[in-house]
Amino acid sequence: MSTVPMSRVPTHPAAVPMVTRYAMPHEPHYASATGIFSVMWLLLVLPLAGAAILLLGGRRTNRWGHLLATAAAATSFVVALLLFFALLGRSGDDRAVSQHLFSWIPVNSFQVDAGLLFDQLSALFVLLITGVGTLIHVYSIGYMAHDPARRKFFAYMNLFLASMLLLVLGDNFLVLYAGWELVGLSSYLLIKFWEDRPAAATAANKAFYMNRVGDVGLALAVMFMFATVGSTNFDTVFGAAAAGVIGYGTLTAIALLLLLGACGKSGQFPLQAWLPDAMEGPTPISALIHAATMVTAGVYLIARANPIFTETQAARTVVVIIGAGTILIGCVIGCAYDDIKKVLAYSTVSQIGYMFLAVGLGPAGYALGIMHLLAHGFFKAGLFLGAGSVIHAMNDEQDMRKYGALWRLMPVTWATFGICYLAIIGFPPLSGFFTKDKIIEAAFDKGGTSGYLLGSAALLGAGITAFYMTRLFLMTFHGERRWSDKGPRAVHPHESPRVMTGPMIPLAIGAAVAGGLFVLGGSVQNWLAPVVGESAEEGVHTMSPVVLTALTLLVAAGGFAGAYLRYQLRPVEAVAPPDAEVGLVTVAARHDLYANTFNEAVFMRPGQYATRFLVWLDTVGVDGAVRGSAAAVGGLSGRLRRTQTGFVRSYALSMLGGAVLVVGALYLVKVG
Amino acid sequence: MSAPPTAVLAQDALAQSIQGTIDVPPIQYAALSPIIIVFGVALAAVLIDAFASARTRRLLQPPLAAVGFAVAFVAVVLLHGRRQILAAGAVAIDSPTLFLEGAILLFAFLAVLLVAERRLDSSGGAIVASAAVTPGSPGATAARTSAAVQTEVYALMAFSVAGMLLFVSANTLLVMFVALEILSLPLYLLAGLARRRRLLSQEAAMKYFLLGAFSSAFFIYGLAFLYGYAGSVDLGRIADAAGTATANDTYLYLGMALLGIGLFFKIGAVPFHSWTPDVYQGSPTPITAFMAAGTKVAAFGALLRVFYVAFGGLRWDWRPTVWTIAIMTMVVGAVLALTQRDIKRMLAYSAIAHAGFLLTGLAAANSDGLRGSLFYLVAYGFTTIAAFGLITMVRTADGEASDLSQWQGLGRRSPVLAGIFAFLLLALAGIPLTSGFTGKFAVFQAAVAGNATPLVVVALVTSAIAAFFYVRVIVLMFFQEPVMDGPIVVTRPTLTYAAVGIGAIMTLLLGVAPQPLLDLAGTAATSGFVR
Repeated sequence: MSTVPMSRVPTHPAAVPMVTRYAMPHEPHYASATGIFSVMWLLLVLPLAGAAILLLGGRRTNRWGHLLATAAAATSFVVALLLFFALLGRSGDDRAVSQHLFSWIPVNSFQVDAGLLFDQLSALFVLLITGVGTLIHVYSIGYMAHDPARRKFFAYMNLFLASMLLLVLGDNFLVLYAGWELVGLSSYLLIKFWEDRPAAATAANKAFYMNRVGDVGLALAVMFMFATVGSTNFDTVFGAAAAGVIGYGTLTAIALLLLLGACGKSGQFPLQAWLPDAMEGPTPISALIHAATMVTAGVYLIARANPIFTETQAARTVVVIIGAGTILIGCVIGCAYDDIKKVLAYSTVSQIGYMFLAVGLGPAGYALGIMHLLAHGFFKAGLFLGAGSVIHAMNDEQDMRKYGALWRLMPVTWATFGICYLAIIGFPPLSGFFTKDKIIEAAFDKGGTSGYLLGSAALLGAGITAFYMTRLFLMTFHGERRWSDKGPRAVHPHESPRVMTGPMIPLAIGAAVAGGLFVLGGSVQNWLAPVVGESAEEGVHTMSPVVLTALTLLVAAGGFAGAYLRYQLRPVEAVAPPDAEVGLVTVAARHDLYANTFNEAVFMRPGQYATRFLVWLDTVGVDGAVRGSAAAVGGLSGRLRRTQTGFVRSYALSMLGGAVLVVGALYLVKVG
Repeated sequence: MSAPPTAVLAQDALAQSIQGTIDVPPIQYAALSPIIIVFGVALAAVLIDAFASARTRRLLQPPLAAVGFAVAFVAVVLLHGRRQILAAGAVAIDSPTLFLEGAILLFAFLAVLLVAERRLDSSGGAIVASAAVTPGSPGATAARTSAAVQTEVYALMAFSVAGMLLFVSANTLLVMFVALEILSLPLYLLAGLARRRRLLSQEAAMKYFLLGAFSSAFFIYGLAFLYGYAGSVDLGRIADAAGTATANDTYLYLGMALLGIGLFFKIGAVPFHSWTPDVYQGSPTPITAFMAAGTKVAAFGALLRVFYVAFGGLRWDWRPTVWTIAIMTMVVGAVLALTQRDIKRMLAYSAIAHAGFLLTGLAAANSDGLRGSLFYLVAYGFTTIAAFGLITMVRTADGEASDLSQWQGLGRRSPVLAGIFAFLLLALAGIPLTSGFTGKFAVFQAAVAGNATPLVVVALVTSAIAAFFYVRVIVLMFFQEPVMDGPIVVTRPTLTYAAVGIGAIMTLLLGVAPQPLLDLAGTAATSGFVR
């Protein structure tokens, strides 16, 4: 099927010859949405309608609003499944289906259509978002049962789902950008959901501002694209990038700006500091937004823009450096925190570092990054939900030093959490083992010194991950109990209700088997090949895969052993030792490796000084001029007003004067 | 008797009358039907006032006027496309004329809705019960609370509207002068019919009458000079005479200046504007709305016809003067509005500023300028009627809350009403997505095309000044604390709701989808005035 949908019509006059002349064989072809694909818009509209009904319906919807929202998410998931199977039934070349919605901005040469694109890449994301999203909706029914603003919470969650789906379904960068911003907004609303807590409000603001830094990058990238190619459609831009009609410098600039956007959304160095703070939001939100979906948007962006990144080695180098650096930063800080959610947050930062590293490796790694992302979606959501379950049981206590020996009391949470924990540290044959191993392998296979450096960083990261995750697991579920069921701070830990444990089970199953399903037989790699290109051939290895796998397992085992010795065999203090008694690295890690100081110095201070300067300029210059002229006009007005005496005689006199003037003027013209 | 196909000229009639026989010119009643209908309504209204009981009058008069204007509007619509000179050269019917007549009738209809509203005041609407009672006398209080109404207001309005219709279609200066008087005299009376603040109202009527008479004198003086120059009062004849170079054209310029002054007075252009704030403030507010919309259309229509038809060939001579007047009008209107404390006075100065903006369309002196002026008149009319109508609803125990300080915080207590008023003010300021923007854009664009760019620059600067005082009211309404015992917003005045609603909706429509009306005005402007 080769019908050309509306959105494919080249829009900028300059773009017409450009694209047709250099049309390349592998320029993407999007089939138009017919049959079942014509309901693609339902994916978005269902959660959006849910949000609208809940927000506009007000208190009337209090009683059943959460059920409606969950139903909307679930229905959206069913639609996604149907579409996915329909896509499976198509041949490889036709597996990209685009749907034109409406002409968004029809202004002469600036034509932007709003359209959706359902291809192999977005299909996976849609499944992840709606699937995990639905589970988390179900979980939240229990978790938020006693919150007076539960309806609002579910409305925001639905809004978030719709925004995230818009982000991954857009068929051009402007629609993607719209989704990008909406995701930021809904994330902001959800982080500050408990806005009576000052920390939550601050965290929401921080997340919003730091995301803005990244958003500026994305916005500039989109403008660059439009300026160079005359379009923001994926196919046009990628076709031009692949055909080499965009200069290398411009291409690299676009790629780096996209990367800035990706770093902001995904909490990558140097914009990672907002993510741990965002844990002030309700725990289901941490699972949904700050673990499984939103923070992976950066990875999606780079994978989606792979034709651009493939063409620019320089930008990819920056991506891998950021990825590898972030892996280590996240790991190191993750070891130092005692707050269970913060540890998980830094773990997320570090895992997304793996994904960045993978997609930064170019065609060899795009699919690997996506696979790790999907697997991570399962196990990290499972970990967060488990953490939520524990926090719920411990009367909102988040300090792991006050936990211990919970495994008997919360068997389901323990089991599911345990599976997800084993998956993240790469215990064979669970998900993380397959997907992380592949990334480490690909990093070494990059070759040369850089390959060794990146591979070693990834390997080291795997070891530290095993250490801090084991530490978390042991401190929470094993060891001695460091809480009391008597006295003023008594807690009575108990297993969570079924509505909460229920969703954790499928996530644990996913965490266990997803990796194997994705990697074995190269199923996801083949599936994604039409979008992100073929992976490198097998057989060109720096190190034998078997040796490398063994090495990875060994390093991880080392990390595990370290944690086991330190936190299982020796007692854990119920209070963290003060800074003076611990090493320099720990102190630095406790301060987020001074990321906030860095941000203040790099983003905030210059911003403040610029603001102060502008305010000064505004007061002295602009306002001065405005106030001055306003005063002048006002004074003039006051003086002129005296001519309006109220006496008819003076009015008549002024008319007579005017008459003389008019006659004189006309006469003057005539004489002249 | 067979009439010549072309217009019979006044001189011929004069010559024939000297010979003892008068040829009765053929009258095309169908083509004149809008004017005739409205005159008929006026006469019927007088008869009803003379013979019917007070109760019947109150019930009968408003629907009679409203239906009459509506029927006349239908007649105008049916006449569309006509282009001819009627009644021995006295009256011209063409597309711009019909456009203007339609606008006048629409605005008159809306004004009748406002005038007929009886739910606003505790007793009987905005119109006085008995205009002849001396203010301050014992009868005055009784008259204020009496449920009776001076129903002659409808007859007066109908006469005035008939005069306006004739004013825009007059093809000779004499008919135009007669029409001017027919439209003005009822207005002088109408200005004095306010139920509250009788002294202010009577003062307004008196001032309007004296100054109106003064300006009429200018008009007729100019008419005399032009007759002296061209030997005819026919607009086409004057244009022909001005086209042929003759030795002594002093009469022509004097006549043009004096005639123009009479017309500039009616549209409220500076320096002939001084009556506007006093009269707008003193008149009953529905009548102010009627004057601001209807009179402006009529006077501007006549001005356009005179300057395009009679003086079209002299545009290089009158343009500098019109430029000067336009600039003065815009600047004085906008600047003086800044310091007003009374909301009706503020809108009066706003009306003056708008007259200036309209004059930029005339200064453009091209068909685009004509199109822009026609559109602007309709857009401004709807907005200003809605704005004045809305003012009638915000009241204290003493009548309308006209002092701006009383409007403080109105947005907190009546958000819908304050929101609509804010929208109308934004339209007057010319913010995009309102009709005000489209109208300004249309005339300014024409003025630039007509090499009047400096004028447009001044217009833009004054627009900015003007925006300040509109926005100030919005700030006052929405961002300040409500005053203690502030005004009450009257609820359920159905007719006022209807008038305000129609005006506001049209303001929005003409801002969002102005194309149909722009096309209509464009067609009218391209076909131009008939000669």
